[in-house]
Amino acid sequence: MTDLTVAIGSLRLKNPVLTASGTFGYGLEYADLVDLNRLGGIVVKGLSLEPHSGNPPPRLAETPAGLLNSIGLENIGLKAFVRDKLPRLRDFDVAVIVNIWGETGQDYCRLAEALGREKGLAALELNVSCPNKEGRIMCLGQSAEATGRLVEAVKGATDLPLWVKLTPNVTDHVPVALAAQQAGAEAISLINTLQGMAVDARTRRPKLANVLGGLSGPAVKPVALRMVWQAARVLDIPVIGLGGIITGLDAAEFIIVGAAAVQVGTASFVNPRASLDVLEELERFCGEEGISSLSELRGSLRLPD
Amino acid sequence: MPARFLEQSRVAGRWPEGKALSGLVRLELHSPLIAAAARPGQFVMVRPGRDEAAGLDPLLRRPLSIHYRRGERLGLLFKIVGRGTARLAKVEPGQTLDLLGPLGRPFPLEAGARLLVGGGLGQAPLLFLAEELGPGSATRLRLGAASAPDLAALEDFKALGLPLEVFTEDGSLGRTGLVTLGLAEELAGRPAAVCACGPEAMLREVARLAAQTGRGCHLSLEARMACGLGACLGCSIEGAGGARKRVCLEGPVFEAGELGWT
Repeated sequence: MTDLTVAIGSLRLKNPVLTASGTFGYGLEYADLVDLNRLGGIVVKGLSLEPHSGNPPPRLAETPAGLLNSIGLENIGLKAFVRDKLPRLRDFDVAVIVNIWGETGQDYCRLAEALGREKGLAALELNVSCPNKEGRIMCLGQSAEATGRLVEAVKGATDLPLWVKLTPNVTDHVPVALAAQQAGAEAISLINTLQGMAVDARTRRPKLANVLGGLSGPAVKPVALRMVWQAARVLDIPVIGLGGIITGLDAAEFIIVGAAAVQVGTASFVNPRASLDVLEELERFCGEEGISSLSELRGSLRLPD
Repeated sequence: MPARFLEQSRVAGRWPEGKALSGLVRLELHSPLIAAAARPGQFVMVRPGRDEAAGLDPLLRRPLSIHYRRGERLGLLFKIVGRGTARLAKVEPGQTLDLLGPLGRPFPLEAGARLLVGGGLGQAPLLFLAEELGPGSATRLRLGAASAPDLAALEDFKALGLPLEVFTEDGSLGRTGLVTLGLAEELAGRPAAVCACGPEAMLREVARLAAQTGRGCHLSLEARMACGLGACLGCSIEGAGGARKRVCLEGPVFEAGELGWT
């Protein structure tokens, strides 16, 4: 048996397979199909202070081996999350990580402060990268300085461990990751969706009402692997890899390039049990490879001489 | 939460056996768990990939309403509109399809006179509903389509022996016009609760006429969705009073008032 436990900063996870924000609801939506207790963690849908209605439909377009979405961060808001979802999530023995976003730095701080007072949360994941909101957020994650400032401010508002989910829509993500680390982030999640668009040639219309969307699914995996590898080489804090993970082998690839843990995203839409399938396949892979601890696999990429 | 299953379902039949001239295809699947739990108006998410490699592209499951139930078998009726449905149309009897379901809120089944209104592919879930209500029920049917070949399930509806009126836009069958032709008069003259499925413009008109005549009205909506489980929010719509509604979970069947259309 391989020891699959992993440390993400001050947090100890029972295994390295988590579900990605925005692809697993609040976990409860899947509870009859997936044994949530077996997961390494659940990162819940991006939360804001107030409820948010998101973008007009159509919000989804399927692309080759991928999914383009412009949900626009629809969520129930802090109050309903704490009242309706969190008490039910506490019934499960699973690390709950809340992905949070705001229009301003103050929004993030107020959210973090409020969530820090609640029992049953393992960490916060700051969304500085969702490409579906115009203006501030997009800019924020594209600037190392602004990201560092935000992490520092939120750190002052809560004792919960902070993870930072970075955007791939930058020339170089490494300085942004370093700034987050410098400011006290305990982990970096890479990658959020790649900004894209889809067009219907017959109607000459964009397939999304929002015109632009975020691309996810197997199509983005090579980009995600590259960005995780580049970040993990220079960071001291753990990198959580995500982007197109469908199988246990996909997860192993992320760990080999340096990820400490992985998140399963779009795959949960295709196969509700994808996260557990990834976990079981990863376990089998480690057994076949004679690996006794995940740390043997992490960063074990064999580079050409 | 009602029972939902991931079920590998064997294809028991496909019609037409050759090329689908109208673009409509019917599949019959052996799916005992889902069939036992299914209620009219519910749907399944069908994975178009038949093997592991194909499973990555097209990626997503397709939401298809349950067309009918025969014991442990389910019927699906769909139109070939893209890569996923084109792939589904090529499955052969004996192969298996990966189904998730039954999903969503069904049509209400309480007693009373009922008028079922189906437009185009909206006929699909109404066959299951009409069969459950039964030949002895006070159920009437209106079915409309662009042209006669689009009414793929007409013989099955006829076999129920319920009062049935047919409309085609090109006049190739039944009355010429939309399925809402004369609906206002019918609702005013013969009380019935309406259950409708079809294009949104048709549903809005049905809702308007039902409200005008004070009839109850349930509508089955269609939407793009990735998961069918309430997680992706791809199918989220704005309902009455600005409340968000997920077509997959709070729907696909809505009481007209919930949608704020009336």
